[in-house]
Amino acid sequence: MSRKDSALRNLWCRLYPTHVEYRQRTRLKALRRKLTRMILTPDSWQAIQLTFELATLTTLLLLVLATPLAWWLSQTQSAWRAPIHALVTLPLVLPPSVLGFYLLIVMGPQGPLGQFTQSMGWGVLSFTFTGLLIGSILFSLPFAVQPLQHAFDAIGSRPMEVAATLRASPLDAFFSVALPLAKPGMVTAAILSFAHTVGEFGVVLMIGGNIPGQTRVVSTEIYGHVEAMEYAQAHLLAAGMLVFSFVVLLALALMSRRQRQVMKR
Amino acid sequence: MIHLQINIARSAFQLNLDIQLPGQGITAIFGPSGSGKTTLLRAVAGLEKNPQGLIQIGENIWQDTKQGIYIPTWQRPLGYVFQESSLLLHLSVVENLNFGLKRVLKAANSAPTAANKALQASIELLGIGGLLQRMPDDLSGGERQRVAIARAIAMQPQLLLMDEPLASLDAARRQEIFPWLARLRDELKMPMLYVTHSAEEVTRLADHLVVLDQGHVKAQGSVSAVLTQVVNPVVVGEDAGALIAGCIGAVDAQWHLSRVDFDGGCIWMRDAGLPVGKAVRIRILARDVSLAISEPTNTSIQNQLRGSIQSMTPDKHPSQVMVVLKCGAEEVLARVTKRAVNELALQVGMPVWAQVKSVALVA
Repeated sequence: MSRKDSALRNLWCRLYPTHVEYRQRTRLKALRRKLTRMILTPDSWQAIQLTFELATLTTLLLLVLATPLAWWLSQTQSAWRAPIHALVTLPLVLPPSVLGFYLLIVMGPQGPLGQFTQSMGWGVLSFTFTGLLIGSILFSLPFAVQPLQHAFDAIGSRPMEVAATLRASPLDAFFSVALPLAKPGMVTAAILSFAHTVGEFGVVLMIGGNIPGQTRVVSTEIYGHVEAMEYAQAHLLAAGMLVFSFVVLLALALMSRRQRQVMKR
Repeated sequence: MIHLQINIARSAFQLNLDIQLPGQGITAIFGPSGSGKTTLLRAVAGLEKNPQGLIQIGENIWQDTKQGIYIPTWQRPLGYVFQESSLLLHLSVVENLNFGLKRVLKAANSAPTAANKALQASIELLGIGGLLQRMPDDLSGGERQRVAIARAIAMQPQLLLMDEPLASLDAARRQEIFPWLARLRDELKMPMLYVTHSAEEVTRLADHLVVLDQGHVKAQGSVSAVLTQVVNPVVVGEDAGALIAGCIGAVDAQWHLSRVDFDGGCIWMRDAGLPVGKAVRIRILARDVSLAISEPTNTSIQNQLRGSIQSMTPDKHPSQVMVVLKCGAEEVLARVTKRAVNELALQVGMPVWAQVKSVALVA
């Protein structure tokens, strides 16, 4: 063996492991790309992303809107309480298509909201993400209001009276006593609104249409796959939704059990 | 001086009163349940709507419907101890203590050092130094009430309102809190309104007594005066009787007795281990007092008080008479038969000897 040979071999030995690693890594990347392409189309990924964006925004806005509403419902003795309560609960029993239909009318070019948005130069909201967001908020409203209202009811009037005797103004007491004590209710409200928004279909179809990247969410994507006989894709998304929903409900159940244990103590 | 005019009418209940109370010491609001005690306290705090009336604490007017003054609860410098535990469950003991204090300071713009001092004092006064980091759920009922009381007094309120603070506790816990309440009365200058339906709490703690019955004031005045009043008698506990404030004057170690001296005489009673000079309250029930027109001799009854008959009033049963004796500055009640009054020819103003068969130490 010549000296040159041994030097080459030496170099090879040093380079070989990185070379293998590199080859493995590129192979893995290619595989993943292939798998991804096979499993979920970019359209589906986009739908998933849009679904989570919609659900997150809906949840955040709902918490801001539903908390004062639930507080008012739990405290007021006004005659308006019953009708407002019924109105807030309505989406629970109404077919989504009915809600979607009215929203479409209201937001459409001839509707009052449509007229307003057009006059402000925002165009028409139907078949846009914003329109979909408004629809989602209304559709999931009872899922946020009810747990919050129950939590506020459960607190009773005593802690607020205690706060008043400790020099807290009503607003101060709301933030420093009522909200912290209603935390379990807020978590439940957030989880339920998120999950319910992820799972909505009818309202999306009615006011969102099915525009990729704009208003096409997972549920409508599944619908599209089934229409197109792409059962493998539909299966994947549907199974994903199933697992997601189960995990959410399981988490809620575990949480409420822990809550009960704390209460018992 | 505390001036309260409260007029609350509900479908099945009315509370109408106009009373002036001393601006110091413990005023007990006593009465059966449903007599309006708690409603009265809540109206003073502004938690209950008092549609027409006046709440004046010293110079400060908290409500005056005539002048259109109404200060909401959170701006009234009061402390309130609720009947059941009222600690904020999401806060630890020390956070509960600081909750009100922080806001008082913020409103007054005063330095936190003063706050720390007030906080430390209230923690020491109620002996809760070891509980500060605990959560309310980890405290016993007695500990919770002590924290609630400390939280109220840490704010150094102008008026402390207590709504049966011991009612939710069992007898052992109640005994545990009593000494702390007595300390509050003796060490703090702040006036307190103390709602209770317990005779023990009235006789042990109160300086002033307001008796409520069905939303009306039945009697009010210093606690010893109200307890010995014979027109519209107020029965606190099992029987009518006098409440006398005195102090331990001597201890007889050989016979296990101690002597309670008061303005009007002295009484020997079982030695409770209290040191000489200690202020005490004793209760002498009317049924335990008999009368003699000359100094009794050869009797097993050790305690005799000299006094004069102040009044004689027919008692509930036609055979009985309630006699009020003036012994020095104190009044003593004696229940005797009409026949005895007749045979001894007792008359108002006559000097007599009262023989006291038994005495109870209440505080």
